[in-house]
Amino acid sequence: MAVKKSEAALDPLFNNNPIALQVLGICSALAVTTKMETSVVMCAAVIGVLTVSNLTISILRHQIPNSIRIIVQLTVIASLVIVTDQILKAYVFEISKQLSVFVGLIITNCIIMGRAEAFAMQNPPSLAILDGIGNGIGYSAILMVTAVLRELFGSGKLYGYSILPTVSEGGWYLPNGLMLLSPAAFFIIGGLIWALRVYKPAQVEMDG
Amino acid sequence: MFEEYLNLAVKAIFIENMALTFFLGMCSFLAVSKKVETAVGLGLAVIFVLTVTVPANNLIQTHLLNEGALAWISPEFAGVDLTFLNLLCFIGTIAAMVQLVEMTTDRFFPALHATLGIFLPLIAVNCAILGGSLFMVERDYDFGESVVFGLGNGIGWFLAVVALASIRERLRYSNVPHGLRGLGMTFVITGLMAFGFMAFGGIQL
Repeated sequence: MAVKKSEAALDPLFNNNPIALQVLGICSALAVTTKMETSVVMCAAVIGVLTVSNLTISILRHQIPNSIRIIVQLTVIASLVIVTDQILKAYVFEISKQLSVFVGLIITNCIIMGRAEAFAMQNPPSLAILDGIGNGIGYSAILMVTAVLRELFGSGKLYGYSILPTVSEGGWYLPNGLMLLSPAAFFIIGGLIWALRVYKPAQVEMDG
Repeated sequence: MFEEYLNLAVKAIFIENMALTFFLGMCSFLAVSKKVETAVGLGLAVIFVLTVTVPANNLIQTHLLNEGALAWISPEFAGVDLTFLNLLCFIGTIAAMVQLVEMTTDRFFPALHATLGIFLPLIAVNCAILGGSLFMVERDYDFGESVVFGLGNGIGWFLAVVALASIRERLRYSNVPHGLRGLGMTFVITGLMAFGFMAFGGIQL
């Protein structure tokens, strides 16, 4: 399989976005995006775990017996997530408390499993690293856009700093509480997918 | 006692629905909701796996991983705290359980196995399952509570996925804008369903 290096890294941004097209890793994308701070930490954690897990699995790909590959992949991923979890607890304890179970849920984040299964098992380590970084960034892009919209309109802040002064603090902006609730995340991502598909009509599903 | 369990079950099914308030198990939620039949099958499998794994993981947590839990082997281990291993143990239990379910259905219910086929392994990476175990730890449920919690979560997820599949089947006759078809529209519908489920928010039993 001839995959160019630039393709491995850049395709996941628009052409093959993990959230918008591959339908992977949606759970965490929706749950952690009420604030930019948590999303940044989450994105960093996912990019890190995804890159290292892709690399590890790609190195081991000739050694892993096919029949037990899922358990092997899960073990590799789970160990990496435990390390990440411990690092987060040590250095950014407050945020790690806010993310609560979602750090642990990186294990079952389908992006990581999905890329390990679909890409790292068939490709050499150098390509697998690029694929990991690319998919991690594609995931982060959607996450950050959603987080910016939700935090800006939901509480008038960006990364904790007031941008739109809210009424309760003597400003003019009446925060839209809906943005902080779960349905808003669905609407925003639905809208992003729509926008992406208008821009790239090839991704439209005709039968759904 | 019974009221407490009922309260917990109602909370798990409606008020804190796994799929619609915590967004857990979204990937398979969105992927298998094209037809009601497959949605029902996967929903049942999720109920079963959750009901088994949450209590099993509860036992692992209380008797092996918590600080001082190993004291039953010998008093020397009383100071050992293995809680950091819980992710690894939980995912192991889940993967083993899913494998077991797959082998059992293959052997005794081949028809069901043929319908569920590819979806069964997917359950292992369904975040609703691991999420159930992690919430159980975070909220300190005891064994009885974790059985109810697992079952309730499973039923809640089942209801949500079947409802979404039914809506999508009807949607086939609607004129949806091109770019929004499929995934985009599903997101919007799920958002609206989450709205509906929020109506349960204030209920206190």
